[in-house]
Amino acid sequence: MKDAFGTPQSLLVLGGTSEIALATARRLVARRTRTVWLAGRPSPALEEAAVQLRSLGADVHTVAFDALDSASHEVALGKVFAEGDIDMVLLAFGILGDQSRDESEPLSAVRVAQTNYTGAVSAGLICAKALQGQGHGSLVVLSSVAGERARRANFIYGSSKAGLDAFAQGLGDALHGTGVHVMVVRPGFVRSKMTAGLEEAPMATTPEAVAAAIETGLRRRSETVWVPGALRVVMSALRHVPRPLFRRLPV
Amino acid sequence: MPAETTTSVTSVTGWGRTAPTTSLLVRPRTYEEAATAVRECGERGGIARGLGRAYGDAAQNAGGAVLDMTGLDRIRGIDAVAGVVVCDAGVSLHRLMEVLLPLGWFVPVTPGTRYVTVGGAIGADIHGKNHHVSGSFSRHVQSMDVLIADGTVQTALPGSDLFDATAGGMGLTGVILSATVELHPVETSLMSVDTERATDLDDLMSRLTATDDRYRYSVAWIDLLARGAATGRAVLTRGDHAPLDALPVRARREPLAFRPGRLPAAPAFFPEGLLGRTSVSLFNELWYRRAPKSRTGELQKMSTFFHPLDGVPHWNRVYGRGGFVQYQFVVGYGQEETLRRIVSRISRRGCPSFLAVLKRFGEGDPGWLSFPMPGWTLALDIPANLTGLGAFLDELDEEVTGAGGRVYLAKDSRLRPESLAGMYPKLPAFRALRAELDPTSVFTSDLSRRLSL
Ligand SMILES: Cc1cc2nc3c(=O)[nH]c(=O)nc-3n(C[C@H](O)[C@H](O)[C@H](O)COP(=O)(O)OP(=O)(O)OC[C@H]3O[C@@H](n4cnc5c(N)ncnc54)[C@H](O)[C@@H]3O)c2cc1C
Ligand SMILES: NC(=O)c1ccc[n+]([C@@H]2O[C@H](COP(=O)([O-])OP(=O)(O)OC[C@H]3O[C@@H](n4cnc5c(N)ncnc54)[C@H](OP(=O)(O)O)[C@@H]3O)[C@@H](O)[C@H]2O)c1
Repeated sequence: MKDAFGTPQSLLVLGGTSEIALATARRLVARRTRTVWLAGRPSPALEEAAVQLRSLGADVHTVAFDALDSASHEVALGKVFAEGDIDMVLLAFGILGDQSRDESEPLSAVRVAQTNYTGAVSAGLICAKALQGQGHGSLVVLSSVAGERARRANFIYGSSKAGLDAFAQGLGDALHGTGVHVMVVRPGFVRSKMTAGLEEAPMATTPEAVAAAIETGLRRRSETVWVPGALRVVMSALRHVPRPLFRRLPV
Repeated sequence: MPAETTTSVTSVTGWGRTAPTTSLLVRPRTYEEAATAVRECGERGGIARGLGRAYGDAAQNAGGAVLDMTGLDRIRGIDAVAGVVVCDAGVSLHRLMEVLLPLGWFVPVTPGTRYVTVGGAIGADIHGKNHHVSGSFSRHVQSMDVLIADGTVQTALPGSDLFDATAGGMGLTGVILSATVELHPVETSLMSVDTERATDLDDLMSRLTATDDRYRYSVAWIDLLARGAATGRAVLTRGDHAPLDALPVRARREPLAFRPGRLPAAPAFFPEGLLGRTSVSLFNELWYRRAPKSRTGELQKMSTFFHPLDGVPHWNRVYGRGGFVQYQFVVGYGQEETLRRIVSRISRRGCPSFLAVLKRFGEGDPGWLSFPMPGWTLALDIPANLTGLGAFLDELDEEVTGAGGRVYLAKDSRLRPESLAGMYPKLPAFRALRAELDPTSVFTSDLSRRLSL
C-alpha cells in the first residue's frame, strides 16, 4: 500500500531498462519500495538493472514484455498482478525513432507509433483494470513535452506522445473515483541513452530530476507533472505561437 | 445481500485524509446483516469501520468491503446501580455520554474526541488522560461479542486469546458486534481543573512526574515550535470530575447536564499553505501566553476539558487537500534522553505543528497490539505535504525503536513493515491467532496490507 505521502511499496516498471524509470525506482526503493517488477524485452541490460536494484535492498523480479506485441500483454501483466497488489505502475517504454529516416521509411515510423501509442494503450488499459480491481494504485505515464505541440523536427515521435498523453488524460478521468490515480509526466529534454548524441535542448534535465518530480507528484496526487516545472509556463506560451512563426522557431 | 443493507462504492480515508482507496461500503443494521456481509465480502475481504477517527488507513480496505458499523447503534441495557452498559459496537461515546451522564455515570476512558464508536475504542484499545490511573478502554470491557471469519459469533471474555487479540487488534480478528462496559461514577458533569505552565521540557517532565498521581486526568500541551531555551514549553491541564459541593449553588440544581456546544464547521475547501510555520507558531505563542501561570480548581465543561476540537466539526479540513499525519509514539520511563532528542529534533526542524500532547502512561494493557506501555507518549499533527517528512519520521521511528518504544497504529499512515516487529513483541502470537481463526484473511485492511499484519 502507498503511505500517507503516496510512496508505493510495490512498483511495476514497463520498460525495465529505461534510465528515467530506474532513477525513479532507485529513489523509491531508498524511501520504502520493497517489491519491484521490471517488465521489458529480455536482455542482459534488464537483468543488470534488476541486480542493481537488488543491491539496494529491493525484492526484484523481471518479466518478459514487448510493447509491440499487444496480444501478449494480458498474459504477461496478468502474471504480475496475480502475485499481489501493485501500488504503482510506471509506463516508461518508448522510442525516439529517427525523424529523417522515419519520414522516408513509413514502416519504421509506424514502429514509433506502435511502441509509444498502441503499445501503451493496451498495456495501460490492462494495468488500469487491474488497479481498479485493487481499489487503489497510481499509473504514472511518461509522456513528453514533444507531445504538447508537434514540431517539424520530431513530429512522428511528437504525435505518438500526443496520442499517449491524450489517452492517459482520458483514462485518468475515466478512473476518477475508482481509487486509481493516473499521473501524466511531461519531461523536456532528459539526458539518457534515448537522447545520447543529440544536441541538448534548453532546460535539459536528468533522470534523477524526473524521479524527484515523480515522487513529489505522488505525494500531491498530481494529475500532470512537468519536468522541469518551468516548462509548464514555457509550453503554455508556445502553444499560442502562430503557426508561421512556430515553424521557424529553433526549438 | 438483504435489501435493507445499504451499499455503495466509495472512496475512503482516515481522519488525516491521506491515501484514499475505494471500497464497497456496507452498512449493516442487524447482527445478521453483519454476518452476511462478512460471509459475502469476496476475495479482498472486509474490515469494520466506526466513525473513521483513526488517522490513517486502519478502517479502509481497497477493492474490498468496509463495514460501516454506525448502523448498529442500540444501547441494549444499562445497570444504573452497578454502572454497566451493554451496547452495540456502533454506538458513539458521545451518545453514551448523553445517555449516561444524567444517570451519574461517565465512560471509563475517553480519547480527545467523543466521536468514536465503542467498536473503534476496543479495536484501537484507546487511552485517555486517565491512563495512568485507569488503563486503556478494554480494561473496562467485561465481555464482547465478536463476529469471526467463519461467520459465527463468539463471546470473548477478558483473559481469553480472542479478547486480548481483539483489544487493539485493529479490527483484524473480527467484527465486534456488542460489548459490556463498566462505567465511572460522577456527581456532576463539570471538571475541576488545575492549569500550570512549564517553561521547558525538563520543567514539564519534572512537574508531571512529581504530581501526576494526584490527578485522575492529566495531559500537557507542548509548543513544538518553540526553540532554544523554550524548547518543550507547555501548559499542563489536570483535574478530576468536580464533586457536587464544588459547584456554585445555582448549578447544583442540574449538576449532570451535558451541553457540549458546537461551532460552525471548518470550510470544505481550506486554502492550502495557510498553515505555514509563521501562522502556526503565532497561534502557539498566543495560546501559551493566554494560559495562566498557575490556576487551581477551575470549573470547566467536559467538552472543554476532554474534547476541545470537537467544537469545530471537520477541523481536519484545515490541512487542505494534502491531508495530515499524526505521529504518536511512546518510550519507556528511563528513556527521557530519547524523548528530549526527539522533541528537539522536531522543534529544530520547525514542523508547522499545532500543539502537541505529552502524557505519562501507567501500566501496559493486556491487548497483544495495545499501544500503551509505562512511559512517555507524545502526539503531534503535521501537514502531509511537508517536503521530506516521510524520511524524517522514519528517522524518528529509529529513535523510538532504539529506545524500545512504539508507534500507535490507530494514528499511523506511514510506518514501514520492518519497524513493526521490534515495536510490538506479541505480533507473532497475534499473527498465529489470525492464521488459525481466519486462514484466508477475510479481515483485511489497508493497514494490514501495508504492515503485513
Ligand atoms: C481528535 C482526535 C483525538 C484522538 N485522541 C485520542 C486519544 O486521546 N487516545 C486514543 O487512544 N486515541 C485517540 N484518537 C484516535 C481514536 O480514538 C481511535 O482511532 C479510535 O479507534 C477511533 O474510533 P472510530 O470509531 O472512529 O474507529 P475507526 O477509525 O473507524 O476504526 C479504527 C479501528 O477500529 C476498528 N474497528 C472499528 N469498529 C470496529 C468494530 N465494530 N469491530 C472491530 N473493529 C472495529 C477498525 O477496523 C480500525 O482498525 C483520536 C482521534 C482524533 C480524531
Ligand atoms: N530522454 C528524454 O529526453 C525523454 C523526454 C521526455 C520523455 N521521455 C520518455 O520517457 C520514457 C523513458 O525514456 P528514457 O529517457 O528512460 O529512455 P531509455 O533509457 O531509452 O528507455 C526507453 C525504454 O523503452 C523500452 N522499450 C523500447 N521499445 C520497447 C518495446 N517494444 N517493448 C518494451 N520496451 C521497449 C526500452 O527497452 P529496451 O532496453 O528493450 O530497448 C527502454 O527500457 C520514454 O517513454 C520516453 O519517450 C524521454
